[in-house]
Amino acid sequence: MSQQFNRRDTLKSLAALGAAGLSPLAFAQKPITVGVIYVGPRDDYGYNQAQAEAAAQLKKLPGVKVVEEENVPETAAVQKTMAGMIAQDGATLLFPTSFGYFDPHVLAVAAKYPEVRFAHCGGLWTEGKHPKNAASFFGYIDECQYLNGVIAGHMSKSGKLGFVAAKPIPQVLRNINAFTMGARSVKPDITTSVIFTGDWSMPVKEAEATNSLADQGVDVFTMHVDGPKVIVETAAKRGKMVCGYHASQAKLAPQAYLTGAEWNWLTAYNTFIDAARNGKPHPNFVRGGLKEGFVKMSAYGPAVTDAAKKQADAIKAQMVAGKFDIFKGPLKDNKGKVVIPAGKVFTQTDLELEKMDYLVEGVIGSVA
Amino acid sequence: MPARLANILLTVGALVAALAVFGVFAGFAGVSPVQVWMLLFKGAFGDWFAWQNTLQRAAPLMLTALCVALPARAGLVVIGGEGALVLGGLACAALAQALPLPQNWLGLVLCCAAGAIAGGLWVVLAGTLRQWRGINETISSLLLAYIAIGLFKHLVEGPLRDPASLNKPSTHALAAGLQIGGIAGSDVHWGIVLGVAACAAAALWLHGTTGGFALRVVGGNPRAAQLVGLPATRLVLLACGLGGAAAGLAGAVEVAAVHTAANASLIAGYGYAGILVSFIARHEPIAVVPVAILFGGFGAAGSLLQRRLGLPDASVLVLQGIAFVLILASEALRDRPWRRQPAPAVEAAPVAAVVSP
Repeated sequence: MSQQFNRRDTLKSLAALGAAGLSPLAFAQKPITVGVIYVGPRDDYGYNQAQAEAAAQLKKLPGVKVVEEENVPETAAVQKTMAGMIAQDGATLLFPTSFGYFDPHVLAVAAKYPEVRFAHCGGLWTEGKHPKNAASFFGYIDECQYLNGVIAGHMSKSGKLGFVAAKPIPQVLRNINAFTMGARSVKPDITTSVIFTGDWSMPVKEAEATNSLADQGVDVFTMHVDGPKVIVETAAKRGKMVCGYHASQAKLAPQAYLTGAEWNWLTAYNTFIDAARNGKPHPNFVRGGLKEGFVKMSAYGPAVTDAAKKQADAIKAQMVAGKFDIFKGPLKDNKGKVVIPAGKVFTQTDLELEKMDYLVEGVIGSVA
Repeated sequence: MPARLANILLTVGALVAALAVFGVFAGFAGVSPVQVWMLLFKGAFGDWFAWQNTLQRAAPLMLTALCVALPARAGLVVIGGEGALVLGGLACAALAQALPLPQNWLGLVLCCAAGAIAGGLWVVLAGTLRQWRGINETISSLLLAYIAIGLFKHLVEGPLRDPASLNKPSTHALAAGLQIGGIAGSDVHWGIVLGVAACAAAALWLHGTTGGFALRVVGGNPRAAQLVGLPATRLVLLACGLGGAAAGLAGAVEVAAVHTAANASLIAGYGYAGILVSFIARHEPIAVVPVAILFGGFGAAGSLLQRRLGLPDASVLVLQGIAFVLILASEALRDRPWRRQPAPAVEAAPVAAVVSP
């Protein structure tokens, strides 16, 4: 309670300063109400938790009020939630964080409230096609999945890695490919077996997939589903190792957890908040990787060897320096077809990578 | 009718009691109950914005509730409305994708009809399995819903996929002329009118026609219905077909008014929420309308409750759960004589006699 009063007092004093025109700084720190919308529960040890952790950080900033709503389906409900945050709570900047919110929901509401800014996570904002007050942000988390792969490649004894994924869509395929390439950079004969569960949150299928992969000899797991909790716990129970995803799952399996690919959404959130509070144009297309601080790695678990840490840290340093490209030719898919010809290099910002529709050599599985 | 009035009062009383219990619950969570009640009202029915919010959430529930209510009047417990809904949405999008439809009300009617037919056939399938193979329709309709969702995903992510829908596999979007807009500039789309009209038509059919009467006879006692020469099987399948058509229509309307294309966002649980609505409405189509609005209100109020008080989403589920349990419990009081009658005093004696030695 006392925290709330403090915040309110700060707000008041800031508003007073701004009104009196005492300092340009006070004007720059115009109070703002920000709405954050989650598709699942805030404590899912995964996608939504990563967003909620950033929102919790926002609450500590002076002059920023955060309103949140969880478990909002990708239906008319999210349109009403956005409109409610604007009309009932006075929000002027919204973070609808689920991929499925963008088209048609964010686009529809953004058209109705041109003075409100919308920053959607995951979408592909396109100049000329989408409203100026809408935006999309995302992180190149495949960099972290590549590093996950490097660690997994060092730690795996069987040479078989497992990837439990939701759907064969570009963002997921990019992670599977990066993870596999990271592992194969350590030992070229490593394979990654992938199982698609069909949807973002399928705890029973995720557990079945983990068990079935463990039965096939997989000894290091990673995943791309909304809540990795079940996979982490199941793998640990089977005595296997795990690389996490979205947020840190180290607490769930301290011994089995090697490292993990985590979002650091605060960087993106701050970009939009700063622009809004300073009256700058809405940044419409925001992307970043390790270098920009959009993603981060979990701390290494106790099992990780020094050799593994050393190699992963070296590659990470190159990535941060902007000297490392994951997707470059020659690259073959797992059917033997050349997908990136020799000499061709895709930098992370390349939109071609956001259309990925193949699994690279070394992945056991199929997109269709 | 005083009896009917008493029954309505009973339901209202149960809801008031649920709100009171929820207030106590909120009190334990450290939130002022009065504030909770005020936000619940403000969020659901407080102003025009709240009403639009509530009505928009209620629209699909009316139609999916009919998918439970109509078969229930024929004596079936069908809980697979979700399957009919997703296939209805899929049929709507698929028809628009397959044929060059006129981009006006006629094309829209055809799309909605495709949705209704697909949903109707799906539930008729469950009815057929029951009538001819003796398979429990509750189980089969639920399992068929899983098959429908599997089929839906297969087609949306495979043959019917718009290649431009990269990270959210969808069918091609409906042309602008085929989409359903808001009523008179509001956010409430025409789906609510369809929902109310369908409920009214179902009520008229059940209570105002011989066909509806025959259906209720079948639901009351199928053996007796057959003895008096009613085509029981045909009536059961008709009820399934109409119920499924309502759910299929709900899916088509969701696609045409909200999503513009069929994709996994359509699978939002409206079919399952409709089961609750229908049971609370005691499978009475006209009662489905206010109950659906109440549930829409719960959703709208829950949204505000989360944002203002930071309560978890589950708190609204708690309120719904309390309301549901109390309404079911109030069934025990239904049709009791209101005036207390002298208790039969004789019964106590023999029991005491047995216990005493």
